[in-house]
Formats: sequence, structure tokens, C-alpha cells
Amino acid sequence: MIVAERKPIDEILGFLSKHQKIMLLGCGGCVTVCLAGGEKEVGILGSELAMARAKEGRPLEVVQRTIERQCDFEYFEGIRHEVKDVDAILSLACGIGIQTVAEAFPDKVVWPGVNTKFLGVNQNVGVWAERCQACGQCVLDKTGGICPVARCSKSIFNGPCGGSQHGKCEVSADTDCAWALIHDRLTRLGQVDSMREILPVKDWSHSRDGGPRKLVREDLTLESGK
Amino acid sequence: MKAGSNLERMLEAGHFAVTGEIGPPKSWDGAVVQHHAKMMKGYCESYNLTDNQTAIVRLSSIAAGKLLLDAECEPNIQIVCRDRNRIAMQSDVLGAAALGIKNILALSGDHQKFGNHPYSKNVYDVDSIQLIQMLDGMRKGYFQSGEQMKGEPPKIYIGCAANPFADPFEFRVTRLEKKADAGADFCQTQCLLDMERFERWMELVRARGLHKRIKILAGITPLKSVKAAKYMRDYVAGMMVSDDIIQRLEKAEDIKAEGVQLAIEQIEYLKKMEGVAGVHIMAIAWEEIVPEIVKRAGLYPRPEV
Ligand code: SF4
Ligand code: SF4
Repeated sequence: MIVAERKPIDEILGFLSKHQKIMLLGCGGCVTVCLAGGEKEVGILGSELAMARAKEGRPLEVVQRTIERQCDFEYFEGIRHEVKDVDAILSLACGIGIQTVAEAFPDKVVWPGVNTKFLGVNQNVGVWAERCQACGQCVLDKTGGICPVARCSKSIFNGPCGGSQHGKCEVSADTDCAWALIHDRLTRLGQVDSMREILPVKDWSHSRDGGPRKLVREDLTLESGK
Repeated sequence: MKAGSNLERMLEAGHFAVTGEIGPPKSWDGAVVQHHAKMMKGYCESYNLTDNQTAIVRLSSIAAGKLLLDAECEPNIQIVCRDRNRIAMQSDVLGAAALGIKNILALSGDHQKFGNHPYSKNVYDVDSIQLIQMLDGMRKGYFQSGEQMKGEPPKIYIGCAANPFADPFEFRVTRLEKKADAGADFCQTQCLLDMERFERWMELVRARGLHKRIKILAGITPLKSVKAAKYMRDYVAGMMVSDDIIQRLEKAEDIKAEGVQLAIEQIEYLKKMEGVAGVHIMAIAWEEIVPEIVKRAGLYPRPEV
């Protein structure tokens, strides 16, 4: 899932300083699962904001809404009539959701309420870890299902580098060395010999380096055109 | 001969080679580089010039290489994968060749987290093994993209690093093999402060015949203090310092003299070890000690090749 973390309240209050009425918009997708911007977080942040502004003597009216997903245009229809009456929208969705809100409401100010962190997994209560960087050309088939792009601090393809010790990465004793994990897993699977092969230079054009990416699937576009 | 550098000639002639290392300064004061080169001149075949070592901005290794050439010393340019993409790296290789630089050493590079710009972006467009492949391709006349180069290809003697002290232990030998497969001609090891582990590693290297495919120079660092030794043992990722070394230093009256003695004994020992083609002496901020070590280890004068 996409993992996000709510921005500090002071930063958010700074965004909203000139507004009297906002919509605080949660998302029922990833940010609900990672407890950053679902209905519950909307409720908590909504009262915090109202309280802080009441204390300043400049009340803020907060309309709280949470929709199914903010990364899909269809779900905005239900709130369109209410958006008309607010000064701005504070979105607690990931960066994709926030941008979709801005696109759906071109005349409305939209503020980001979270920092979108990474594509990752929930490891433990309150702990998430990065797993994928959407490089566009997956190499997990060669690396025992462990991603060197996202999980090696240097995104190298022929690790581990000389900084790997006791299974940890040179950047920190809390960070597993991805290539040590790959090595151990391939050993367990009886495939460690495959690490003798030199993985070739990556074609980064499938990643962000090729410019903003877009996916068009003609099988679907043609079908919908019928 | 691939590039005909001093280092290559010495190793190809089968002499026990000696390389040194110079860390370019955090300023544009090129005289510092030349000063260090002059201290070691005649004692080493060539001198590594680090590329923004530990991710701290320093005078560029290629510019430092040119300063060395001017001082009639042979440079080994280090190139790390952290700061440049394949376009910039290949451009630098051509530039280095145009200046007369023949030895290039490919490294991953330390992560920028511990340098003086921890907020920077890192590149790692290619990794160190892929960089070796790229250098090998360039000396055969091809850019990484496969496009053919115009004119003579650059002459490069390709170096790399090997770290017998990192993990997983057995894989360290495989990784050296990958570097040899990629086209590396010589490797310099991480500084050797645990002889037992190094010997075990060399056994595996010999078992695969790797020493016949790539020249291995063992890393030597004379220790100056117990504190430095313990720091390396405890805080530098991928380093090991054996207890006997720490104990010897602790017992010594003159720790620096003991550190030098230890380095000399290591070299004497390595000279007899099958598959070790030479030593790489890293005495950063203690360059003036290199002549003494080389002399007392019986490696001076250097053979003419
Ligand atoms: S290789 Fe690319 S697509 Fe596959 S997990 Fe890693 S970053 Fe994601
Ligand atoms: S120690 Fe492991 S994870 Fe860290 S940079 Fe090196 S190979 Fe990558």
C-alpha cells in the first residue's frame, strides 16, 4: 500500500490561516489502512484544528467527509455540492489523491494534510517499511522476491557492497542489507548460484527517469470505445 | 598490455607491487596533493586518488590525477557510482584518458548519509560491477549504450575493490569473481587488520583460481592509536580488527612505532602468500610514513620495468 504520515499540526494550521471554512477530506484507501487519513483521523484532526483556531479567537468551520477513494474521479460526485461552500479542501489522501482532488475541483484551493512516504508494508503495530519504488520493470524474479531498488540504500544490482556486515546495511544498524536478505533467501531456496550472474545495467527509462509515466492499455480503451 | 601503466607493467612482470593512496583536500589547494605525492614518490607504482571519499566534497580525483602526472607520479583514479550517472562517468573517463590517466578504479562509494551533504540525492545509475563492465566496453571501443566510439579507444587498466571483511563471507569471493568476469584487472582489498580472516578468504580465492585472473593487492593501513583501531572495529561498516592487533598496540610503549612494525610484518607475511600480487598502502594523513614502511619491508628500491 501507499504509506503516508500526517503532517505536523502547525504546518497544517499555517496552510489554513486565511480560511474560515474548509472541508477536511479523508480517503478510504491506503491512508485508512496505514492510519494516516481515514475517517478516524479526519475526526481527530478536525477537532484539533477547530480547537486550535477557537483558542486563537478565529474559529474555523471544518466540514468532515471521507470518501471511498480520492484517486478515482467518480467518488467526488457525492461531495461536489458541499465543496462549493468551503474556502479550501484539506486532503488527507496520499499525493495521488490530493492531486486528483485538485484536478476534480480546479477552482478550489487544495492543501496536503499528509506526507506521502513510500510503497510499503505494515510490519508491526506502528511500523511500516518500504518495499517497491515502482521502477517500471520488476526484477524480483532474479532477486528472490526482495527488491534491490527500494531496499538497498544504493539500489545496486550486484550486491552486497562492501558495507554489508552482520546482515545490516552500512547506513544504519537498524537497516537490513537487502542483498544480505537476497543472499540468504536464495541460499534457502537452493538458488544462490544465480548470484554469480552479473545483473545488467538497468534501463531506467521505465522509471521516473524516462519522464512522467503513463499507461495506456489498448485492450481496455478499445473496449470502452465500443 | 591493456594500458601500459607502471602498475600494469609491474604486476605483469610478476613483481610484488606497491600502491599508495592520497586523499585530495577539501579545498582547491592542489599543492597539497603534489606535496603528498612527493613524499611517496619512487616508493609506489601508482597512487589512488579518492573520489569524494566518505561522501565529503573534495578536489576532484581526475584533477588531482593531473596534478600527480605533473609531479611525475602515476595516478589511480577512483570513480564512485554515487555521484554521477553513466553519461557523466563516461565523459570523465574520456577526459581522464585525454589527460594521460591510465588506471581507473571502480567503486560503489560510501553512502552520502555520513558525508557533509547528507541531504543530497544519490545516483547509482550503474553499480560498481556494471561500471567495470562499462570501462571494459570503453577500452574495446564502445559506449555503454553500445554505440561505437570515434577513433582510438581509451587505454584503461581497470581496478576494483574487494572486501574480505564484509558479509556474507563466502559471497565475498563470488563478488570478486563477478568483478573479474566484468573485466577488472586488479583489485585492492579493504585494509587488512584481521590476518586470519584474510587468509581464509585467500584460500577460497585460490580454490577458484581467481588470483590467476585478477591481481590482488592487499590493503595495508599502519595504525596510529588504539582508539583508531577500536573505532574502525566498532563503527566502520565492513571492517574487522582482530584482538591480537588491539592487544599489541595496547601493550606497546610507542604505539605509532608498533603500528608501523605491524604493517611491515604484515607485508613480509603477504609477500610469501600465494596469490597476493602486492600491497596497497593506505596511510591517509600519514603519507610521510610510507617510504619507511616500503624500505623496511624490503621493497625498496622499486624494480625498473
Ligand atoms: S524491482 Fe521495481 S517494480 Fe519490482 S519491487 Fe523493486 S522497485 Fe518495485
Ligand atoms: S550494505 Fe547492503 S543494502 Fe546497504 S548499500 Fe550495501 S548492498 Fe545495499
